[in-house]
Parts: sequence; C-alpha cells; structure tokens
Amino acid sequence: MKRKQVLFEMPYFFWLAFFVIAPILLIAYQSFFNIRGQFTLGNYATYFTSATYLRMTLNSVWYAFLITLFTLLISYPTAYFLHYTKHKQLWLLLIILPTWINLLLKAYAFIGIFSQDGSVNQFLTFIGIGPQQILFTDASFLFVATYIQIPFMILPIFNAIEDLQPSYINASRDLGANNWQTFTRIIFPMTMSGVKAGVQAVFIPSLSLFMLTRLIGGNRVITLGTAIEEHFLVTMNWGMGSTIGVVLIIAMFIIMSLTGEHKKKGRKHND
Amino acid sequence: MSKPIITLKHVYKNYGDTNVLHDINMTLEAGKFYTLLGPSGSGKTTILRTIGGFVTPSSGDVLFDGQRINDLPANKRQVNTIFQDYALFPHMDVYDNVAFGLTIRKTPKEVIEKKVLRALKLVQLSGYEDRSISELSGGQQQRVAIARALVNEPQVLLLDEALSALDMKLRKEMQVELRDLQQRLGITFLFVTHDQEEALAMSDEIFVMDDGKILQSGTPVDIYDEPVNHFVANFIGESNIVPGKMLSDYRVEFVNKVFECADAGMKPDENVEVVLRPEDLDIVAPDAGKLVVTIDTQLFRGDYYEVIAYDDDHNEWLIHSTNPTKDDQRVGLFFEPEDIHVMRYGESEQAFDARLETYED
Ligand SMILES: Nc1ncnc2c1ncn2[C@@H]1O[C@H](COP(=O)(O)OP(=O)(O)OP(=O)(O)O)[C@@H](O)[C@H]1O
Ligand SMILES: [Mg+2]
Repeated sequence: MKRKQVLFEMPYFFWLAFFVIAPILLIAYQSFFNIRGQFTLGNYATYFTSATYLRMTLNSVWYAFLITLFTLLISYPTAYFLHYTKHKQLWLLLIILPTWINLLLKAYAFIGIFSQDGSVNQFLTFIGIGPQQILFTDASFLFVATYIQIPFMILPIFNAIEDLQPSYINASRDLGANNWQTFTRIIFPMTMSGVKAGVQAVFIPSLSLFMLTRLIGGNRVITLGTAIEEHFLVTMNWGMGSTIGVVLIIAMFIIMSLTGEHKKKGRKHND
Repeated sequence: MSKPIITLKHVYKNYGDTNVLHDINMTLEAGKFYTLLGPSGSGKTTILRTIGGFVTPSSGDVLFDGQRINDLPANKRQVNTIFQDYALFPHMDVYDNVAFGLTIRKTPKEVIEKKVLRALKLVQLSGYEDRSISELSGGQQQRVAIARALVNEPQVLLLDEALSALDMKLRKEMQVELRDLQQRLGITFLFVTHDQEEALAMSDEIFVMDDGKILQSGTPVDIYDEPVNHFVANFIGESNIVPGKMLSDYRVEFVNKVFECADAGMKPDENVEVVLRPEDLDIVAPDAGKLVVTIDTQLFRGDYYEVIAYDDDHNEWLIHSTNPTKDDQRVGLFFEPEDIHVMRYGESEQAFDARLETYED
C-alpha cells in the first residue's frame, strides 16, 4: 500500500525537483557571481543601491498594480453578470478563447489596430478628431496588458460566484438587506477567495511582462521583466539577471502571503 | 377571533409542468403558533418561501395584515426565516451573524450588543460570540440561526425544521423555550416539521400537507381525534385502520362485528374506514372484551409497551399498554364508542366539517 503510493508520487517529485526547485536554486546560485564568474554579493549591493534598479522596481510594481486594478474593475462585474446570464458556458468560452492565441500574435494585432493608420486612428479621423499617437504610450501598454490578463481574473471570480449558495443571499435579504447591502456585505466578501486567486494570477506575471513593454509600450515602460531579458540576452550579465529574478521570486512570496488565508484575529465583545 | 396577519388565498405554484402547491388557503392569526406538517417534498418549504418572499406564486394572493404582498421584495417584509440549511454567513463570527439584521437597520451599537447577547443567552450560546461558524456543531449552528432571526423581533417568524439537528434533551428544552418566547413576544410562528410529536406538543393549529395540498387543519386535538382521511390518521400518531361499513347512524360494522359509535351523517351501508388509536385499546379478560385477539409480540418503549396482536380473522392490532403481557396469550380488547372514528373515502375537509355540523350539538 505504502510502496504503491510512493510510486504514484514519484513523477510529481521529479517534476518538482527538476523544473521548480532546481531552477530556483540555480538562479539563487547564479545571483552570487559577477560577470567574470567570481563569487560576490555585489549584484545585490548594486540592485539595492542603484537608483535605476529601484526606479525600475517601483515602476514594475506600479504598472502591475494598475494592470491588476483595471483587470479587477472590469472582471468582477463581468463575472457577476455572467453568473446570471442564460448561456453562461458559451460566454465563458468566448472569454477564454483569446488565451489560446499566442501572446505575440495578439501584440502584433494590437500594433495593427493602434498604429498611425490603424483602425482606431481611421475612426478618430472619421469623427473629426484626427490621428493620434496611440502606440508606444503608457495608456496603450496598460490597455493591452489589461486585455490580456482579463480572462485570468474572470475565471477564478466566476467560479467563486458560482460556488456561492443562493441561500446566503436569501438569508441576507430575509434579514432586511437590499441588493447593494447584500452585495457589499455578503456576496463580495464571500467571493474574496476568487478575487485573491485572480490577483495572484495577474499581479505576479504583470511584474515581469517584457514583450508588451517593447512592442506596445515602445520601451518607454521598463519593468523588471525587460531588465532580466536585457541582462540574459544582451549584456550577458547572468548574475545581475538572476539577482532580479530572486527579487521577483521574493516579491511573489510576499504577494502570496498577503493574499493568502489569514487566521482571523479574534475580536472581543464585552459582556 | 383576532385579526389575521398572514393570509394565503388560492395559492398555486408550478415549476414548469410540476405542480408544487395546489390551491393553498391559510389564515394565520397574529400571535399564534402554527405548524406545517407533512412528508418530505410535500411543499412545506415552498409555502415558507412564498411567505418569506423568495418564491412568487404562479397564481393566488399572499396578504400581510390585509395588504397584498405578492410583489413586495423579501427585505421589505416584516417576516424572518430560519432556513432549513441555516445559511449562516461563514465569513462572520457568531456575534456578527446575529447582529446582521440590526446592523442593516442602523440600530445603535449599544442596543445591538444588548440584544445580541440576550438572544445568544436565550439559545444557550453565551460565550460563543467570537466563534467562527465553522467551529460550531450542527445543533449550535441551528441555534445561532434561531438567534439571528429572533433578535429582529419580527411580526412573523418562519421556522423551517428549526430543531431537527438537536438531540432529544436540547430539542425538548428548545421546544419549551420557543413556545414560551412566542407567547411572551406575541410573534406569529409558522413552524415546519416532520415530527408529529413536536407538532402536537407545540402548536395552536396544525396544517397537515401532502403532495402540495393542505389535507386538514385544526387544533392538535381535533386532528388527532378526528383525522379526515387515511393519510392524516396514519401521519399523526399511530393507528389501527380497518375497512368497515356504516350500517346506519351511530352503528358501524367492522371485522364482521357490529359496534356502536359516535359518527353519523353517512349513506346507509356506505363503505368506510375505521380508526382506532392504539392507546384507546385496553387489554382486558377475553370475555370482557369487544374483540378477542392473540398477542404476537411486544416491545418495551420506555413509557409503554407496544403490543402487536392478531384477531381470529388475521387483522393486525397495535395496542399501547402500560402493563406487560405474555406472548401467545388470548386477551380481550375493550374500547368506548367514542374511541371509534369513522372516515369516508375521499371526503374533503370542508365536507367533513359540514357533516359534523349536521349532527354535533
Ligand atoms: N426550484 C424548484 N424547481 C423545481 N421543483 C422544485 C423547486 N423547488 C422545489 N421543488 C419541488 O417542489 C416540491 C416541494 O418542495 P419543498 O422544498 O417545498 O418540500 P418540503 O415539504 O419542504 O420537503 P422537505 O421536508 O424534504 O424539506 C418537491 O417535489 C421539490 O422537488
Ligand atoms: Mg423543506
């Protein structure tokens, strides 16, 4: 019995060891070597003292925050109304569909749409505003990034809303709460798990988006992802790239613990 | 007669082709304790949901204090429900659950605190304020649900099997508590239960339901003593039901013997069913009995013996006896004419009441 169980768990352990733990250890190891292959703490010293890196970090966090916020603002109502529509499975499929298309393809599609003579500018010309610079702006970067992340936010929220038993809503209405009170006090808090899962799924990847920063943001937005790519592929400073990687991994753990389940702090009621 | 607080008039409810409620008529007077009694799936919860505002009737009217409330949303009704699955909010602790209704109504904090603590004390859960719902047993959850509804002091309280998860002792205590509370606060209770003993013990009036219809309504004593049909007789208490023939007024024949009885108003020689309650049958010497039976088995039930016996025509008789008997012994059964209750086949409650009028007093 015991042996059999071990046998079943083997592939999982190997996967974990080779594709999760080993790379993390390698990155951590790499981060302690400088470009000449000598052991050093210099990479970390550079990272935490250089204004450029710190600004880049703040930038990344700020843009990831904006992307997550916009995604959430759009996704929650969408998931909520989706729950009450007739053919929700079909609608859900339509929402998931874009995630099957390669990110690069989507990025190039947006270049076409946003470019000087793309469809958006044609429309702006048509209504008399005239062509605008859309591509290579912060706004277009945020727009496309949000668009790409939306399905990953909608899905967990939608599942959480679907799991919510209607009897809780009935109980709330029974106790006198109107629609808005029921939403803010019952529905939203009880679907918080979906929101947290969505935030995790969106915020962390958004920290290291690099393709879009080039193609849509025109390198105006430089995130940690762009920096890592630069160090590994252009300057060949693997040590520095790994250091940023380690910072990202730590950031990930911080986000996970912030959005994870907390032990509730007991509140005292006087008797 | 005090004025009705809730009235249902010819209420029907259909889900697609299935008819769940069929011509429900109910009048609930303010301050009384009503019970809906019926087997699973008979439509009890659906009636509560109709009154609570979670189900709109397909036709018919729901009145509150004389006003039609069919279209009034649930949060505007002065009715609170204790749901069959409790529906306690898992993200709030016990205190916040109970305080929910009062918070919504913007009650001052001190008042909320006083009322919540009092309600928790009432359901014997003082000291559980900070517990989360998942840390409570089923019975404790049920009591929190009771406190959460009661704390709002509604005019009408709907209780969907509110005591079903409690053990016998606590259940008996809560029955007394609820009944006491209902009388003290003057709240109208509509209580749903499977448990006929609970219904008989607590109610001013019982509605017996089956298959979306109300078969009979009346005081516990009325329903127990004079069930209108086989179903009600079987559902409320235990009974011996045998086929018989009404020879003339006050004379009925069953198991091939003629007996004097207290029923009248039927056609001569009409086929009927006869009900004899097990506790109305007294075991006597064979020559003193109206029937002679042979004891088959007996079970000790704590406060009585449940005896099963057969007469010479192989009809089974259930007897509740305070004294033990011996197996295979031949004994007599004695009962008074008033203990015989005669039921006509297919008689509705209205026809039954009308017939009773013709010969009683
Ligand atoms: N939303 C619904 N759609 C279709 N049928 C329903 C719906 N709600 C209830 N029913 C049906 O209506 C009937 C009555 O249900 P109801 O919940 O009122 O029964 P109940 O008397 O409360 O039973 P129980 O004692 O098991 O709680 C059942 O046959 C049930 O299947
Ligand atoms: Mg029910």
